[in-house]
Amino acid sequence: MSLWSRISNAVHGDRLNREIEEELQSHIEEAIASGRDPEEARRTFGSIMRQREASHTIRVAGWLESLIADTKFGWRQLCRNKITSVAAVLSLALGIGSCVAAFRLIDALLWRPLPISGASQLYVLSSKMIGFDGKPMESNYWATPEFNLMRDAVKDQADLIAISGADRTDITWTTDDEMEKAHVAYVSGNMFPLFGLQPALGRLLAPADDRVVGAGPYAVLSWDCWNHRFGRDPHVLGSSLHIGDQTFEIIGVGPRDFTGTEKGTVTDIFLPLSMNRFATLDRISWHHIFLMLKPGVNRSTALEPLRQHLAAVSRAFLLDCSACFRGAPKAAIERFLDQKLVFYPAGAGISELQKDYRRSLGILGLLAALVLLIACVNVANMMTAQATARSQEMALRISIGAGRRRLVQLILCQSALLAIFASVLGALFAAWAAPFVLSLINPPDNPARLALPADGRVLLFGFGLTTFVVLLLGLLPALRASAVRPVAALKGGENRNSPRRLMRGAIALQVAFCFLVLFLSSLFVASFQRLQNRPLGFSTDRLLLLDSVAGKGQLPVVWDQTAEALRAVPGVNSVAIARWPLLGRIRINSDISINGAPPSRTPAFFMIVSPGWLSTMKIPLVSGHDFRPQDTSPGAAIVNESFAKAFFPGQDPIGRTFTRGANQPLNRIVGVTPDVPDHDLREPNLAVFYIPFAEIDSKSAPKAVDWATFTIHTNAENPLALANTLRQLIAQRHNGLRVSNITTQLDLVRDQTIRERLIAMLATFFGAVALLLAGIGLYAVLNYSVLQRRREIGIRMAIGSTRAGIVRIVTLDVFLMIAVGAVAGVALGFGAARYVQSLLYQAKASDADMLALPACAILITALVATLPAVLRALRTNPTEILRAE
Amino acid sequence: MAKTDSLQGSLDLLVLKILSRRPRLHGYAIMAAIANTSGEVLRAEEGSLYPALYRMEEAGWIRAEWIKKDTGRRARIYELTAAGKKQLGAEESRWLSVSLAINRVLREA
Repeated sequence: MSLWSRISNAVHGDRLNREIEEELQSHIEEAIASGRDPEEARRTFGSIMRQREASHTIRVAGWLESLIADTKFGWRQLCRNKITSVAAVLSLALGIGSCVAAFRLIDALLWRPLPISGASQLYVLSSKMIGFDGKPMESNYWATPEFNLMRDAVKDQADLIAISGADRTDITWTTDDEMEKAHVAYVSGNMFPLFGLQPALGRLLAPADDRVVGAGPYAVLSWDCWNHRFGRDPHVLGSSLHIGDQTFEIIGVGPRDFTGTEKGTVTDIFLPLSMNRFATLDRISWHHIFLMLKPGVNRSTALEPLRQHLAAVSRAFLLDCSACFRGAPKAAIERFLDQKLVFYPAGAGISELQKDYRRSLGILGLLAALVLLIACVNVANMMTAQATARSQEMALRISIGAGRRRLVQLILCQSALLAIFASVLGALFAAWAAPFVLSLINPPDNPARLALPADGRVLLFGFGLTTFVVLLLGLLPALRASAVRPVAALKGGENRNSPRRLMRGAIALQVAFCFLVLFLSSLFVASFQRLQNRPLGFSTDRLLLLDSVAGKGQLPVVWDQTAEALRAVPGVNSVAIARWPLLGRIRINSDISINGAPPSRTPAFFMIVSPGWLSTMKIPLVSGHDFRPQDTSPGAAIVNESFAKAFFPGQDPIGRTFTRGANQPLNRIVGVTPDVPDHDLREPNLAVFYIPFAEIDSKSAPKAVDWATFTIHTNAENPLALANTLRQLIAQRHNGLRVSNITTQLDLVRDQTIRERLIAMLATFFGAVALLLAGIGLYAVLNYSVLQRRREIGIRMAIGSTRAGIVRIVTLDVFLMIAVGAVAGVALGFGAARYVQSLLYQAKASDADMLALPACAILITALVATLPAVLRALRTNPTEILRAE
Repeated sequence: MAKTDSLQGSLDLLVLKILSRRPRLHGYAIMAAIANTSGEVLRAEEGSLYPALYRMEEAGWIRAEWIKKDTGRRARIYELTAAGKKQLGAEESRWLSVSLAINRVLREA
């Protein structure tokens, strides 16, 4: 109460003074009324002013009052230099906003715990081994029978939870026939109870729903799905949804903020693990295993024994698994068995997105921080200049008794004002920028989704950052100003070199940061361009891809008939079928064995394509011919040049045979194609073979195909224009085929470079901002230095210094500083480049143009920025200056 | 006898005591009461009275309130708080022990 009244009195200082005066007047009136002589009554009171001062100080919080006064003074200072202040606030806002936006993304994706109970007790199981290519690899996918064994083995100390990836799946809701995509995750029945989650509606999956394979046809919707798909209609309970030939009953809706354990993807539907057809298969590793310690189990002592126990169970399972190593050579089996089980904390969830973007977001944060530092240096320079200009005022304040603490407070107030304005603007910027950048991650048809709440974590970070900025901005000028020696300053003979020395150091710092930003930017831009311009070897022009499904499957002949029908549509140039497209998400490999030998060390990847697919994709044949309509698989095969080189070195592969694994039917090579990237643009080309779309089983009967992609070359510039017509045409044939996804080959290629495009774009943005800020900083420092040295320049001119000499003394030390900064920047750049190397494609830090580009940019900026100051120096009129002195 | 302002720290005690007997006095009335009850011996100067009042108000011993006087002017009146009553007890016992001690010194020296 008392503190509050003092604070309130400090804020309303005038009102307080009026009140005190009123009370004193009332006192004098009483005195006169009781018969005292008016003059004497007034005199005994002494000076009203003095009374008021003495009373005032008792009734206010002095520190607050001075703070308010300083803030007002700081505000006036900022108003005096409006343009500089606005520029300072804007540049700081951009820096702070970028940092906060980067923090929000990094925090949301990597750090923020899942909204579940016991997130800190949650681990994910992963297995380290040497891959088939001899390189170390890590997998965190497991088979369900293995999971069941492991869960039972450790059930006293820990709970194991199985959760599959939230895959985009074709589903149909009861009410309409249209197929939709939804993210579906299969989870073990113990997930919801162990995570301590409560339903928003109905009930959640329980262990009983997951006990018997195929006996729990129940689905739980996420709150998000219930909200956006059903408008929170409670009648959704009891309705059904269909996936393939399975039907599930919707029994409940999950809690509002739980979107699954896969950060970056919002799970729409949770299904029991045992309802997946892989749940009984020993060989298929398809879901993650999470481990949650039981309450009361000591984390530091329990984890290692648990790990060893689980590793032993896993190894025993693999040894038992008769189907796991059919036909594999002994060495390969041993290598495979040599696995190391590891636990990773998974309280923040796990996802591919985390893996893919951890470094990218780190770089984004680094670039944002560097831009903020550059902006801070600029503003600190500005304040140092202003403080120097005010050194006489400071000296006066000190000599009339202001404490040095008060002077520091004065300047910190000003920097706090700048930082607070900048934070508010920066918060607005971050509120826009974080979701914007998030929307650029992942293809547009399946965007990354993250909760980006502006909660305590973000506020705390923003507050910390603002405090840091205030100190960075204000501390140096404040200490400098308070170190003013009054006598020297008032005599006007203070050493004016020291602030310039400080500011020159700042230039070197700025140039170093700027160089680092530009260097990284040019690496990312070059990397993106090289990736984008990588020769594909196939055409992406006017190619429409219709991913189609056929329920339980249709014979290849039905697919062929449908393709034939599509060919008849006007505007369609050619139609072919591939089981999956080039550069899509699917890739499958196969063992290769030549002349009955054991399978090769490295398997080859393959594509299943119809006759005419190669010509539709404009992939030429080096030799041999395309598949013919009667070709089947196994039977005929086409291989790429890498395949030929790897398996038939120095021979003509046409007419030769290979089998897919030991004791499999022969495939005869009928053609050879050039290499094309089949899955990942960043990878070198690997051995790939093509087999005919018409697959037959061991009894030569055709196999049904349940999904494939129609590859359609259209006449129209935009292949998507035909998409709806073709989709309806396929549906109207009523042969069970339905289009589940529409895309173009061009989009698939573009999707390959999303991350590189995003980093290159942001790096370019930050590079431009850094360059602009550094230019402004350079201009300001040089301009200030010329103003300060007016007298010296005038004297030099008067005694006959040449123009070149003047230019030299004005710019020499600045360019020296730029050189020092650039060298430091190169050193920083090489350090940082090691960290980002894994993000780069064919761009190296040691490339000459990666260094030349930033160097040129900085040099040109420096020339432009110094020009006005040099001209001002040259225009100095010696007589005028000397007369003024 | 000379009117003295050397109340030397006992001003607080006097103000508290007077307010405990006669609540809701304004500054002049407190000053007058000190003068009257002490037989015009003790006198609180305005220059020390008001700062003391504000200090005690900030310390929470007394509470102030504006009232309208008959003349139409506002006056600020004071009264004791619970904390002030406690403080008065402490000040009184301190005063007693000090004055006892002083008396003893005067007798025996």
